[in-house]
Amino acid sequence: MTTPPDLLYSEPEDDLRAAVRALLTDRADLPAALTRAESGDPYDPALWTSLTAGIGVAGLLVPESLGGQGAGHREAAVVLEELGRAVTPAPYLTSSVTATATLLACDADSPDIAGLLTALAEGRRVAVLALPFGTAPDSPLPVGADPVRGVADAVRADVLLVPRQDGLYAVETASPAVTVEPLTPLDLTRPLAAVTVDPGAGLRIAAAPVAGSAVRAGLLAGAGLLASEQLGIAEWCLEESVRHTKDRHQFNRPLGSFQALKHRMAQLWLEVVSARAAARAAADALATGSPDAPLAVALAQAYCGPVAVHAAEECVQLHGGIGMTWEHPAHLALKRAKSDATALGSTGRHKEALAALTDLPAPG
Amino acid sequence: MTDATELRTRVAELIAAHPPSGTGRDDFLRARFDAGLAWLHYPQGLGGLDAPRSLQSVVDAGLAAAGAPDNDPRRIGIGLGMAAPTILRYGTQEQKERFLRPLWVGDEVWCQLFSEPGAGSDLAALATRAVRDQASGDWIVDGQKVWTSSAHLARWAILIARTDPTLPKHRGITYFLCDMTDPGVEVRPLRQLTGEAEFNEVFLTGVRIPDAHRLGGIGEGWQVARTTLMNERVSIGGARLPREGGMIGAVARTWRERPELRTHELRQRLLTLWVEAEVARLTAERVRQQLVAGQPGPEGSGLKLSFARLNQEISGLEVELLGDEGLLYSDWTMRRPELVDFTGRDAGYRYLRSKGNSIEGGTSEVLLNIVAERVLGLPSEPRDDKDVAWKDLAR
Ligand SMILES: Cc1cc2nc3c(=O)[nH]c(=O)nc-3n(C[C@H](O)[C@H](O)[C@H](O)COP(=O)(O)OP(=O)(O)OC[C@H]3O[C@@H](n4cnc5c(N)ncnc54)[C@H](O)[C@@H]3O)c2cc1C
Repeated sequence: MTTPPDLLYSEPEDDLRAAVRALLTDRADLPAALTRAESGDPYDPALWTSLTAGIGVAGLLVPESLGGQGAGHREAAVVLEELGRAVTPAPYLTSSVTATATLLACDADSPDIAGLLTALAEGRRVAVLALPFGTAPDSPLPVGADPVRGVADAVRADVLLVPRQDGLYAVETASPAVTVEPLTPLDLTRPLAAVTVDPGAGLRIAAAPVAGSAVRAGLLAGAGLLASEQLGIAEWCLEESVRHTKDRHQFNRPLGSFQALKHRMAQLWLEVVSARAAARAAADALATGSPDAPLAVALAQAYCGPVAVHAAEECVQLHGGIGMTWEHPAHLALKRAKSDATALGSTGRHKEALAALTDLPAPG
Repeated sequence: MTDATELRTRVAELIAAHPPSGTGRDDFLRARFDAGLAWLHYPQGLGGLDAPRSLQSVVDAGLAAAGAPDNDPRRIGIGLGMAAPTILRYGTQEQKERFLRPLWVGDEVWCQLFSEPGAGSDLAALATRAVRDQASGDWIVDGQKVWTSSAHLARWAILIARTDPTLPKHRGITYFLCDMTDPGVEVRPLRQLTGEAEFNEVFLTGVRIPDAHRLGGIGEGWQVARTTLMNERVSIGGARLPREGGMIGAVARTWRERPELRTHELRQRLLTLWVEAEVARLTAERVRQQLVAGQPGPEGSGLKLSFARLNQEISGLEVELLGDEGLLYSDWTMRRPELVDFTGRDAGYRYLRSKGNSIEGGTSEVLLNIVAERVLGLPSEPRDDKDVAWKDLAR
């Protein structure tokens, strides 16, 4: 038997969680997220500064020599659990995880990349991969699409990482070569855009074969840690459902004393507990560079995506009419959970990846 | 302070003094117990060294490497998983010294006389009576127990019986250790839907139990029983397995080896169950890591629920996957097996046996209630049996 992954949280990870949670509770609860989303610009620049310059979360994956925290995927996963719980609009998954992991898989010592990584680690700049948000780690890269539709957080990005036939390019979004056209997203807290980049614009930061595998490494890290965001969403939805059904009375009893509802929440609890094991296994496999990482990531995505959706759907239903209102934040969780289930590869796609990795072939 | 190095030395000494090749199985197991290497976290003199539970793997690995015999936890599961922790917590020193060693070695098999025809999920409603014989101080037990696994093999039983019918049901129960060879104990096989008889009916007629075999205080049997039940639920579904080590492995192998059986619909179900089985395995691993780190969480309560549902769905899928072969059954002969065999025999047997996984040791419905109330803190349903004397309850 191979050594099992470390599935617990370390003390520094608990401390990190406490710091992020305190900040988000104070400054970015769900009602605040709703107000911002309604304003048309969901991001809170001051919050991002507190998260990145204050707590240093953006640099967790980046080595200290490049201005990062030199921590790893396990810690970044804890941050994502908290961002998921609060459905925080922040370009963390896209910039601090996916784009950062992509750059780290290129020649991170070259001055251009090192400079960019330092800026990302400090939260001074935001970079995103110019790919549709649904792109799975093992799907063929749609290079040369014009425009690229559904690029997550592009409206907030300073730099686009553009995969082309001959390599990976960094393009400033402020340059005249770039057009970013906001789309209306299902998930109000993670904006999507159609992005057009003039061919040939930007600076080549990696040549062809390296570029392809770097992008895949970035997508793999993103997909693996997305499971922790999904865990956070599911956890919040369950807690809210329990709280609400304990408080609200119908038929002269608390709703939460009806067995039909209790069993549904107990079932959700079991799914959340299981999602935690799957998400931790993926984070640990990524952190240790385990050869098992592609399997652990596909497993976590195949499991945690549906759990978050189930939890969010139950949360709406168990709140009754209140759950159907715009004022109650359950819909923010539902929209995030449902989008996340397609982001970085759908559940079905990850199951196919698993089937290939475990040799469970389709009928001939 | 016991550490891994010291333990390796102790293992080496045990092996040197009792070379597994030249020692009988039972003798080796007894020597292992006496060396304190049976269950490390138990006290000195009772098979342990008061050492951290986490170090047990060091001992187990060392002994396995030396080819030493294991005690067969499947055969003696009720004793190991349920009787032992309860005796350790509530037993007198004499009881611990009398019962733990033969139990661990497997010299004495145990069974659990809890369920009754009228008391299953509502176990505290039980009607088996134990009346004190004032002259001798012994207890005289009369009643009927049912679904008693391994009663036909057992030398001892953990037994709960009513000692005061005038109290509310949870307060009038007392816990005993019952000698299954005593006069008045009659065991009749009870055939299961698999065709065999793993469990039994047990009739208790004027069975005399000395007060020295009472475990815990008079009327405190329910608290004692809760220790047993908690240990039962954690011990089901918590085994450490490699990937594809459980039932899913058999189905995956069939899938790989028999392309002619594959259909698209079955594959989608197989992939879903493969994911869930692997996640359940990781969840059990996480529970184990929490225990070792000394931070046990409530997650253990969920393991049995997952285990039962997965076993049922996977074995159901397997019967369908096998097509014409799935229409056959190995053997309907009525037998009284020695082992509870969740994964053995053929797909049809596994499918039928797994139906018990969501009933034995607390049904899945009851476990969901427990999770909802004790873990999530949801309110209990209104009930009217808590303050009424047992004798006045509707039955
Ligand atoms: C293979 C096997 C081995 C066993 N071995 C032993 C043994 O060795 N020793 C022993 O003492 N017992 C043993 N049992 C008995 C087992 O513990 C009981 O069968 C179990 O606790 C359920 O009780 P019951 O059968 O009376 O079902 P009931 O309690 O009558 O339940 C019937 C149905 O009603 C549901 N139900 C009951 N109460 C509630 C509620 N409050 N809310 C919602 N649903 C409810 C149940 O979940 C179940 O679906 C064994 C059982 C099996 C199947």
